[in-house]
This record gives sequence, structure tokens and C-alpha cells, in this order.
Amino acid sequence: MSVPQGTVSESAPPPHPPLTTPAAEPHGRRWNGLGWGFVVKLVLMAIVNAFGLMGVFAAVQAESWIIATAAAVLLIAADVVYFTKRALPLKYLLPGLAFLLVFQVFIFGYTAYIAFTNYGAGHVGSQEQAVAAALAQGERRIDTSPSYPLSLVEQGGEYGFAINDDGEIKAGSVDRPLEVVGETSATGAPADVPGWNVVPRGTFLGDPELQELVVQLRVPVSDDPNEGSIRTRDGSTGAVYLSTLEWDADAQTITDTASGTVYTASDSGSFVSDDGTALPTGWVVNVGFDNFLRLATDPGLLEPLALVTLWTFVWAALSVLIPFIMGLVVALIFNDPRVKGRKILRTLFILPYAFPAFMSALLFRGMFNAEFGVINEFFFGGANIDWLGDPWLARIAVLFVNVWLTYPYYFLVCTGALQALPSDALEAASIDGAGRFRQFRAIVLPLVLVATAPLLISSFAFSFNNFTIIYMFNSGGPAIPGAPYALGATDILISAIWAISGVSGGAADYGLASALSILVFIVVGVISALAFRQTRKLEEYQ
Amino acid sequence: MRKIGTGIVAVAATTVLLAGCSGGSTPTDDSDAGGSGASLVVWTDANRAPAIEAAAEAFEEETGTKVELVQKNFEDIRNDFINQVPTGEGPDITVGAHDFLGSFVSAGVVDTIDLGDKAEQIEQVAVDAFTYDGQVYGFPYALETMALIQNTDLVGEDAPTSWDDMIARAQAAGAERPFVINTAGQKGDAYTMYGFQTSFGAPVFVQDASGSYTTEVGLGGPAGESFAAWLGAHGEAGSGEISTTIDYDTNNELFASGTAAYTVQGPWAIEALTAEGVNVKVNPIPSAGGQTAAPFVGVQGFYISSESSNKLLAQEFLTTYLATDDAQRALYEADPRLPAWKTVAAEVSSDPVVAGFLASAANGVPQPSLPEMGSVWELWGAAQAQIIKGGDPVSTWNTMVADVEAAIG
Repeated sequence: MSVPQGTVSESAPPPHPPLTTPAAEPHGRRWNGLGWGFVVKLVLMAIVNAFGLMGVFAAVQAESWIIATAAAVLLIAADVVYFTKRALPLKYLLPGLAFLLVFQVFIFGYTAYIAFTNYGAGHVGSQEQAVAAALAQGERRIDTSPSYPLSLVEQGGEYGFAINDDGEIKAGSVDRPLEVVGETSATGAPADVPGWNVVPRGTFLGDPELQELVVQLRVPVSDDPNEGSIRTRDGSTGAVYLSTLEWDADAQTITDTASGTVYTASDSGSFVSDDGTALPTGWVVNVGFDNFLRLATDPGLLEPLALVTLWTFVWAALSVLIPFIMGLVVALIFNDPRVKGRKILRTLFILPYAFPAFMSALLFRGMFNAEFGVINEFFFGGANIDWLGDPWLARIAVLFVNVWLTYPYYFLVCTGALQALPSDALEAASIDGAGRFRQFRAIVLPLVLVATAPLLISSFAFSFNNFTIIYMFNSGGPAIPGAPYALGATDILISAIWAISGVSGGAADYGLASALSILVFIVVGVISALAFRQTRKLEEYQ
Repeated sequence: MRKIGTGIVAVAATTVLLAGCSGGSTPTDDSDAGGSGASLVVWTDANRAPAIEAAAEAFEEETGTKVELVQKNFEDIRNDFINQVPTGEGPDITVGAHDFLGSFVSAGVVDTIDLGDKAEQIEQVAVDAFTYDGQVYGFPYALETMALIQNTDLVGEDAPTSWDDMIARAQAAGAERPFVINTAGQKGDAYTMYGFQTSFGAPVFVQDASGSYTTEVGLGGPAGESFAAWLGAHGEAGSGEISTTIDYDTNNELFASGTAAYTVQGPWAIEALTAEGVNVKVNPIPSAGGQTAAPFVGVQGFYISSESSNKLLAQEFLTTYLATDDAQRALYEADPRLPAWKTVAAEVSSDPVVAGFLASAANGVPQPSLPEMGSVWELWGAAQAQIIKGGDPVSTWNTMVADVEAAIG
């Protein structure tokens, strides 16, 4: 019983004197020392800082500057947020935000970056690496050259090679061609070279920089560069090699001295000669919107991809609708108290959901085999139905497998939703004379949908990208005739991306695969956003 | 003032704690541990790890260089090597198949290798396989090839003289299925089928005088069309010996259970084929089109990374420590593949199965290692699967040839 307000006369004294003077500020603001809470925070932050700094140091050591910077920024942000007295909301939000940045935004950003490059088969490294590869590929051992026992020698900080050429010791360095410096009766590598200090093998093998120097060292055989130079591959023997390619960094060209062909660095990340032949090794360059344009304009890619896209939508929609309808029907039946042994039967219905999808898809692949599979044998009287080889039958089969795997999930969800229905509303409806169907349409279905619509949307997004079942069941087959990247009739976009990325072998094109991934992300994102807006309208029923 | 003080206390306390943390642990990094304490990182698959381990121990004893073996799935090696070497994270050496070579060269991730006088002790076909554009890029150690495997309880030991002779023998013996061949289900398996294709004189690429492949596609023309017609005639719509319902496992099961009299398989399947105790004889693949059936020879070997900082050591490990009879024997025992090392090959030829595969390899041709090969396999296999399923042989085949020519530019 509440006393109506405003009846107490204003002049009346208050019933009780106030116990304390009213607080001028909340108690949190009156904190004036290092409480236990602060100590706990300090320990936790110390751990965060320790791991964060370890991460920064590791990234700096690996020379990953982007990761080092990002880790440092995150760490500083964390320290600032938790050691100021302001920014209270951020104290709650920061862990989630950090994870969002690291695991979502960064991944998406990196995919977007790759989508604008030609990263893929033949374009994986920097231009520097491509040049090095070309020069290594262009350097050949002269057929007539024997293998000479060899030592590394040094003279006043300048390194050179000494070889044992049938008893004659010859030594030289980069600027000084080989000359005879002595004689030896031994057969091995020169141990004693007049005018030079022999560097023991262990010394340069244990020193990466010196080892690199030895690998790169070329000692000309004579004044004529066309006679080649001595190089060593293992530090103990040498042979005469001749390089035919020369790199000119200023002109950005590689010239073949033997044929005179000039290969110029092109915008597409290859060295191309005038007649269009390219050196095998290219490098990664930014190609702008080329990958997206290729998806839209390359006829060989467009047709199979259009087919794949269409099937992806059909597959995702049917993979949600059919299992949902089946699950709902079964849930309605088993929600009726007149059904005997409901508990046991419900358990049995959940079984397919309990099997790993991986194994089920593999087993079904065997069961659908036209010649040896049990499905043709038992259900179709031994008919030779080509489930896996006919495009339409393969699509039906893979859909069947997915429905079998997923309807128990909807059965569970719908059972839960049905048991939460308000029985008074249903009673009222039947008193008002609504039949079973009318009750279902007007009360049961809307209320079940309120509970399950978000699940249907996430399930659509999941089916849209359900790589596992497509790959395990028939790896996207049967092939679409003439399609590049072995795209097949049951391929969905995600398995097409996988095929284009060349992980399975074949020509890799990460740029194209990333461009396609971004399109898929946009499609799934837009559909989910629209669907979630629609579900809010369902909430009116509650 | 007090606020600033707290901040300083907080930061100071944090630093103290940090110092405590870092003092206890030593920073781990793989820089040189002094001396010649360099280390080589070698990627291998599980089968070959023990054998490489043995060679690595000898290497470690004599040179003081640690060899760190990293076990990987063989299927992942090609892509991981291509993607990790340019970032500097890759290994110094990796095991690999020679058909990776084209992709490796175009990615610029392998270094050339100088086999020197060791080359004379290795089968020429293996060295050729690791040669790209006149340069040797790897150290080959094992061969693999397809051969005809027959159930001696059904059809005896004699090699059939031709495809028709083989079918006739199998039927005379009353085998339920005369012949099975793996088509990788719906994908088609051009690799397994290649022996029959070459017996029609239709190689995948035309070889030049020295035996290395040109980029001219040899699949087309009358020879290719007659192979396609033959494939259709023996496919599902024809006499049915070749069917897309057969994948690797079904193929081996049908043979192992004695249902099929003949199959074409590689040495890796022998265990599965003889699992149920059938006796087998390995023979060269019979000709279907009149010419010699030449299967693909695949070669396994070791590659050196172009970004390795220990190239001298890597080279020495391969050409000195793995290039010995003992090391090669250990490799064979750990993972029985046909040895490319001549002395070991001679030793193990006493095994009739090995001898059979070696005889088949003698007819073989190296698998092309062009970087575009991946796309070629896919189109080629898919076309074969369509023809086997009853598609029009000639038009399907010629469409595929045009697609392949477009794919390799």
C-alpha cells in the first residue's frame, strides 16, 4: 500500500534525521590508495604487458614491422585505458575490440590487400628475389669443367679462392683472375697457399654472413669474362660457371649476353622481352581492380562462376528450408502427448546430428557409388543410377546428405520453441473456434519463427560456405566441361575459391581467390543484414 | 599530484614484474650457437624421416651442424614451400616430387644444384626429371611408375602381349572382371591412363630430340582421337572394363579380393593389392594402340631453397652425405620406392616386384614439370571421365585439347 505522494505538509519535520551527510561524490571517486583491486589489476596488466612486449620483440626480431607496430599500439592502448581514471566504457570494451581487430578486421584487410595483387603461381616474392632467381637460373656450369678441390683464402680482408689444378695451386679473387701461385703434390684442397691465408672450412660454415659471401663469390678464370669464373657449391670443391644473364638495376632490365635479348620489367610483375617471351620467375605487384574485372569479363571464368553462384544460392536456401520444414514437422508430431515412447524416439532422431559431418559425407559418397553403392542396390533394385556423375543427380544427392545431417538440429530447436509456447493463447484460440491449421498458422509458426529466425539466418550463412560437405562428398564434381580450375557442378563459391587458390595443386591464383572471397563476404553480409532487419518485425508478436 | 604518483608507481611495478618474468627465461632464437653450430632445416614426410635422420646423424658428427627435421604432409609441401621460402620462413632443404619443379622455378624458390661426378651414379631418367631448361635443380633419389599387376592365381605369370590379349586371357580364366583401373571416381585419372594413351602415339607434350618436353601439345590429332575412341569403346557405354565407379580404394579392393585379374597401379599400392593374399606378378603395361605403352615416371628428390642461408652446408649434406650407398639403402628401407641410385637399384632388383616396376620404368617417360601442369591434369582427367561415361569421344577430346592449349598459353 503506497501512501500518495505530496500529502505530507511541507512544514512538517522529516520523520528521521538523515543518517549521513549526503555523499558529494560516489565512493569510487574517494579511493585514495592502493586497494586489493588495484593490486590484482596491476598483476593482470603486468602479465598482459609481459606477453605484449614478448610479442613486439619477437615481431621485431622477425622483422615483421606491421605486426610489431600493431602489437605495440594495442599494448600502449591497453595500458592507457586501464591506468587512467577516465574511459570507463573502454575498460569493458577493449578486450572485445582487440580480438575483433586481430581476428576479424586484420584478416579481412589482409584478404583485401591480396585481392589487389597478382599473388599466385609465378608471383610470390619481391622483385629482388625474382632477379636473384633469374640470375641463378641463368648461371650454368661449363660442361667441360672438372671439379677442383678448393679452399677459401683471404688477404688483407679480401676473400678469394685457391684451387688445386692437377698439382698447380691457382688463387684469385673477384678483381684478380686466377694465377698460379705454387705447386703441390697433394691431391686435396690447397692447405698452404703462398701469399694468401687459408680460411678453415669450419670458420665460414659457422658464420652465416661469411657463408653467404662464399656462395656469392666468383673468381674469374682469366681476363676474358666469357671463359667463366670459379664458384663453389659446397665450400670444398669448385667448378667453372658461366652466367649469361646480366641485371641492370637502373634500366630495370635483364640482358641475355649470349643471345642479346633484353628482358624489361613490366607492370604485371614479369621480365618480358620484345617478342613477348617472359622469364619464368615473376614477382608480386599491385594490379588494382584487375582481379575483379577478370571475374566479370573473362568468358572462360564467367560462365562456370555464374553457374557456381546460382547453385550456391539454391544450395544455401534449400539447405535451410528443407531441414527446417522437416525438423518442424517432426517436432510437431513428437510434441503431441499421444505419441508413445517420445523420449527414445527423440533420441534416435538426434543421431545424424551426432555423427561428424566429415565421416558421414565420405560414407555417403561410397553409398551413392553407381555400381557398388548400397543406395542403388537396396532402394532402386540394383539400377545403375549415376548419382555422382550426373550434374543434377549429384546436386540432389549432396543436398540429400546435407538435409540428413542438419534436420535434427532444427528438430531440436523447434522442439524447444514449441515447448515454450504459451498454452493459454492456444487454449483461447481453440475456444474462439480456430482449427488446428489456423492455430498453427496464426500462433505456433510466428512464435516458433521468432525463436528460430536468427538461427535460420546464421544457418544460411553457414550453408553458403559449407566447404566440408561439398569437398568430402564429391569434391565439387562432376566437372563442368572445359571450366578452368576444375570447377564442377556441385561446387559452391567457397570450394571454387579453394580450387582457384591452387591449394590442391594446379595453378594457384591467390589474388583472384581473395577477390572472390571479398564478393562472397559482401553477399553473405548483405543477406544477413537484410534478414535480421526482417526478423525484428516478427518481434511484434511477443 | 597524487594521480601522477600512482601512475609512476603503476608503471614501475609493472616494469619490475616484467623484469622478473624475462629474467627467468632466456630468449629463444635460432641464431648460430657459436662454432659451426649452424643448423639445417629439412622438411620431410613421416615415411622418410627415419632414413634422413640416419644421414643427419652422420652429418652432425662430422661437421657439427645440427639437422632439424620438420615433418609435414607430403601434399602440403609444394604449396608451403612456395609460400614460405620468399618470406624467409622456409626450410633449407625439402623432400619433393619432380613435378613440383616448374612451379618452384617460376616462383623462384629453388636453387640450382651441382651433382658433379655423383650424377653418374644416378639413373639418367631421374637426373633428366630434375632438369628444367638445362639446369639441374634437385638431388633425385627414387623413381615411381605405373605397371601392369596381374593375379597369378588366375592368369599365370606371362605378360599379355596387348590389351585384347589381356582381356581374352582374363575371360578365359573366368575372372569376374578382367581388368580394373582407377579413374579417381568422377575426376578422371590421366596419370594412370597414360600408358594406354602413349600406346596410340599421343604424348601430352611433344618431346624434342634430347627428350625434354616442348610446350607443343601432342594430345590432339588423329592419334589422340583414336585413343579417345578406344576409351569410349571400353568405357561405361561400351564394353565396360573402364568405369568411373572405380576409385583408388575400390580398384585395390576388387583386385585384392580376386575379383579382377589385372590392374594398372604403382608400387605404393602393392601392399593394398596383396592384403588378402593374392599372388601377383608385375609386368610392363600392354599396348592398346600398337605402339609401346610408356607410363609416366615420377621422381622423388630433395630441393634446396633459394633463400637458404646455409647453401654450402645444404649442398654438402645432399651431395656428400645422402649420396652414399648406405644412405640411399637406408632411404629405400625406410620407404621402399624404386631407387634412382644405381648400386642400390641393382641390389634390390632381386625382388621380383621391384624388378617388374623397374622394367616398366625402362619404357617410361618423365612426367612433365611445367608450372601449368596442374591445369592440364584437371582438364585432361575431366575429359577422360566424360568419355568413359559415354560422352562423344572425338568432340570431347578435341574441346579438351583446345582448352589445354589455351591454359598453357
